Amino acid sequence: MKTFILNLILISSVVLPSLGNAAEDFSYTAQALHIRTLAASCSACHGTNGNAVKSGAEFDATTLAGLEKPYIEQRLLDFRSGVRPATVMHQHAKGLTLNEISLLAGYFSHQKVVKQTMPPSQVLKAVNDE
Amino acid sequence: MMNKLTDFNRRNFIKAAGALGALSLAPHAMSMGKKPAMGRVVVVGGGYAGASAAKYIRMWSMGGIEVVVVEPHAQFVSCPMSNLVIGGSQQIDDLTFGYDLLKQNHGIQWVQDTVIGINPSAKKVMMQRGELTYDRLIVAPGVDFVYDRLPQLQTMEAQQQIPHAWKAGWQTVNLRKQLEAMPDGGVFVITIPHAPFRCPPGPYERICQVAHYFKTHKPKNKIIVLDANAEIISKKGLFTKAWANYYADIIDYRPNSEVVSVDVATKTVMTEFERVKADVLNVIPTQHAGKVAKMAGLLASDYPWCEVDFLSYESKEVSNVHVIGDSVASGLPKSAHIATSQARVCASAVVELMQGRGPDPAPVFANTCYSFIDDKQAMHVANVYRYDAAKKIMVSAEGGGVSLIPSEKEGAYAKAWAHNIWSDTLT
Repeated sequence: MKTFILNLILISSVVLPSLGNAAEDFSYTAQALHIRTLAASCSACHGTNGNAVKSGAEFDATTLAGLEKPYIEQRLLDFRSGVRPATVMHQHAKGLTLNEISLLAGYFSHQKVVKQTMPPSQVLKAVNDE
Repeated sequence: MMNKLTDFNRRNFIKAAGALGALSLAPHAMSMGKKPAMGRVVVVGGGYAGASAAKYIRMWSMGGIEVVVVEPHAQFVSCPMSNLVIGGSQQIDDLTFGYDLLKQNHGIQWVQDTVIGINPSAKKVMMQRGELTYDRLIVAPGVDFVYDRLPQLQTMEAQQQIPHAWKAGWQTVNLRKQLEAMPDGGVFVITIPHAPFRCPPGPYERICQVAHYFKTHKPKNKIIVLDANAEIISKKGLFTKAWANYYADIIDYRPNSEVVSVDVATKTVMTEFERVKADVLNVIPTQHAGKVAKMAGLLASDYPWCEVDFLSYESKEVSNVHVIGDSVASGLPKSAHIATSQARVCASAVVELMQGRGPDPAPVFANTCYSFIDDKQAMHVANVYRYDAAKKIMVSAEGGGVSLIPSEKEGAYAKAWAHNIWSDTLT
């Protein structure tokens, strides 16, 4: 029972905030695990859960959280096929399967828009490092 | 203090649990200090890998797993972008951060202390000022330097003369100051160890940064590069072109040139073939897995990196102990992005394993790594890595590659990368 509940919780937080029937949820869990780590590896440029930092610098990365699923999916497909020229993203999109592109688009479309900030920078303290 | 994201998850947790009439589970997940519902994870090391693992375990367990990080330093100083401090276009304080937001936003317990021993059979971490028990341990100690062949560089005094500046901090500042103090007409010598080492393009980016500084401030200065490797080991075509296009008269690159000894007083380097005297000398030492990996018994005999199961990053030597970041024998570039990607695969697996379930059987993650060739222009390598079930390693997927040319546009992208990875790792 406990495992079952935790599965549902996992699904509700990672993929969709809705509860389906148990059989679907268990198959969804494997995909949810796969996509949460893949999506998280996008955070180096696109921020935690697809919320990019707005730094006010000359360029800020695109916030993916909350964009429409078809929009994200089409962008990735266009990067993948080369229809849309890119500097970096074509190399990432080509490494993904069509299923991963669809799931990533779904994942980011369901993320809540949250303001991401930079950690404040500090004065380096006088410690003798290695 | 929890941030909005965690609040959102907590509400979902309550909603999901409530829908099943199981609210009794909720207090376990949300309480701190009481015995946690799913157990305790201790993370040794608060660099890119360790900090990311701590955050994502808290997020993905919805606070159900207690996480304690043990890190000796009070501040996080980013290695990515630190070559720009050496080039002069960034200050070290731009890259120095605290851990407060990370701790507060995610309810991470934090111990500023040095690990002195690990007892895997008792599941215990011994520190200078106390000890901690764990259900699972994550070791993220970064790299350590090997001075077997260059014992004269082991002391703090020697490193003030000849900094490695390969862990961002005061040595980075020191190297910059030495370059600033050079008269015009001097020689900067940099030595590169055999791969693998932290940040494969890092030495070549550093050479660009110093060359840019010389070109704009001390045009008579030269750079001699003594590379133990047979060729440039990362972004070779791009660096070769950048050096030829921008710094042809400044950089003298010598491959197959391993350092065999150093005279500290005269800043003279000996290779098997020659003796080279420097005005400013930067020896990047040979590297192996961080000290804690050895303490925990994670190294197989005579092999300097930790072998792990790439589905969970659990050590092949010791059960319930995971290794992430630069200490891992992954065959992948030892980059900050890969360290965080490994951390999240590990975090996801740990959250599953601690609930009696299995990890994702086919993890996939991305790596993007930028290098600056001057104060504004950068270039990248980008790859997706995919688990190969037959080989049981992460392999490069189709379609990865490098920039066509360095550009200011990519310089701006590189800065956005830094802003986001700092935010993701430290808030």
